[in-house]
Amino acid sequence: MAAPRFWRHIPARYNLIGTKCLTCGEYYFPPRTTCPACRRAGTIEECKFKGIGEVVTYTVIRSASDAFERQTPYVLAIVRLEEGPRLTTQIVCDPDEIEIGMKVCSVFRKITEESPEGVICYGTKFMPRGDLNE
Amino acid sequence: MSIGITSYGVYIPRYKIKVEEIARVWGDDPENIKSGLMVYEKSVPDIDEDTATIAVEAARNAVRRSNVDPKEIGAIYVGSESHPYAVKPTATMVAEAIGATPFLTSADFEFACKAGTAAIQACMGEVAAGLIKYGIAIGSDVSQAAPGDALEYTTAGGGAAYVIGKKDLIAEIEDTCSFTTDTPDFWRREGMSYPLHGGRFTGEPAYFKHIVSATKGLMIKVGAKPSDYDFVVFHQPNGKFPLRVAKTLGFTKEQIRPGLVVPMLGNTYSASSLIGLAAVFDGAEPGSRVLMTSFGSGAGSDSFSIVVKEKIDEMRDKAPTVQELLKGTKYLDYALYAKHKGMV
Repeated sequence: MAAPRFWRHIPARYNLIGTKCLTCGEYYFPPRTTCPACRRAGTIEECKFKGIGEVVTYTVIRSASDAFERQTPYVLAIVRLEEGPRLTTQIVCDPDEIEIGMKVCSVFRKITEESPEGVICYGTKFMPRGDLNE
Repeated sequence: MSIGITSYGVYIPRYKIKVEEIARVWGDDPENIKSGLMVYEKSVPDIDEDTATIAVEAARNAVRRSNVDPKEIGAIYVGSESHPYAVKPTATMVAEAIGATPFLTSADFEFACKAGTAAIQACMGEVAAGLIKYGIAIGSDVSQAAPGDALEYTTAGGGAAYVIGKKDLIAEIEDTCSFTTDTPDFWRREGMSYPLHGGRFTGEPAYFKHIVSATKGLMIKVGAKPSDYDFVVFHQPNGKFPLRVAKTLGFTKEQIRPGLVVPMLGNTYSASSLIGLAAVFDGAEPGSRVLMTSFGSGAGSDSFSIVVKEKIDEMRDKAPTVQELLKGTKYLDYALYAKHKGMV
């Protein structure tokens, strides 16, 4: 990932900064600049998600693209955040630990790197709750 | 007004490897190693963890354990000898990840295993001068050892973050004293993957001389003697060195034991004495007096005289303790350890 492209997403990737429509109360992640339901009547404001959610579904990646090859096998899941939005994320646990419905919380991890010389992309992953005494 | 610690936070990776497993690969006698080093297992970072991610998690735990608004933090310094970039600060990532940007200063510190305590002193100076309200000093490392080197039994990963300020102190820093000389006991050249060391030369002229001198200098400065302290914490490259230096200085095993975390954690380099201090804070009563002395090869020691305040009882449970972070361990065999460390 090119450095400027990664840099643009730092607020969302590091701190789960998304948006909320003040008109209808809907939360959005990744952030949206307009509310698709309220359209012109919508008022969008920035919102930091708590980083708590539940696994909706998952898969175990055993054959990954070059950028993620060293991390296999790893768990990729759709997580529903407490505020509502769903996102695709890695879950930091062994493949035999993951379950649908598992409560998870956000952690700060290395996502990938361009190359040994290139920029390192950091961001949010999720892990089973309890490991951090939360 | 006094200066001190407003909050602290620790992070320890959940993976570990036992001394027996490393000894199996190199044909060493594990009982010899364990009795020689007083280290039984060490933490290992996950594949996607490094000094930056550990520093962020420690800093987030420190913020969690306080009432500090991250926007009030005026400085973030990260001490490490394993920063992920040679050029590009770890501290900016921490600042962004805890929501302290953009009006603050930040930098990475490097002084082997004492870069974190040097960062505390820098924050103390800026707080005392009134330049900043709060500063965060972090020691974080994913320390490296060449496969088969004696260091491999101890090099671990972990981090500790301390919020330094004048308000809502959980502990007051009475004074600090440093002792620094040019002593090449341990080093890593630019671009090299693993450090080299002077074997026994890392002991007497390095670790012991600097810790003893800084600690004695501090006690003279504050007019204290070993028996005036409830707890003492020294840099912990293994279990034996801190016990020996404690005895040399006249401290008892009872004073050093609560902060001696290395046997089940390993040497977390820049975080070593700072995690030891956190372990003391996890259990210390208000009014307890603590002496902490770090050591960084190259070489230097920073010694601190600290008094625990009443506020600690209110804040302690807001973030995980060192003992809680050491639980839930997953043990790796040497092959997986090598993968985690990027050796294969």
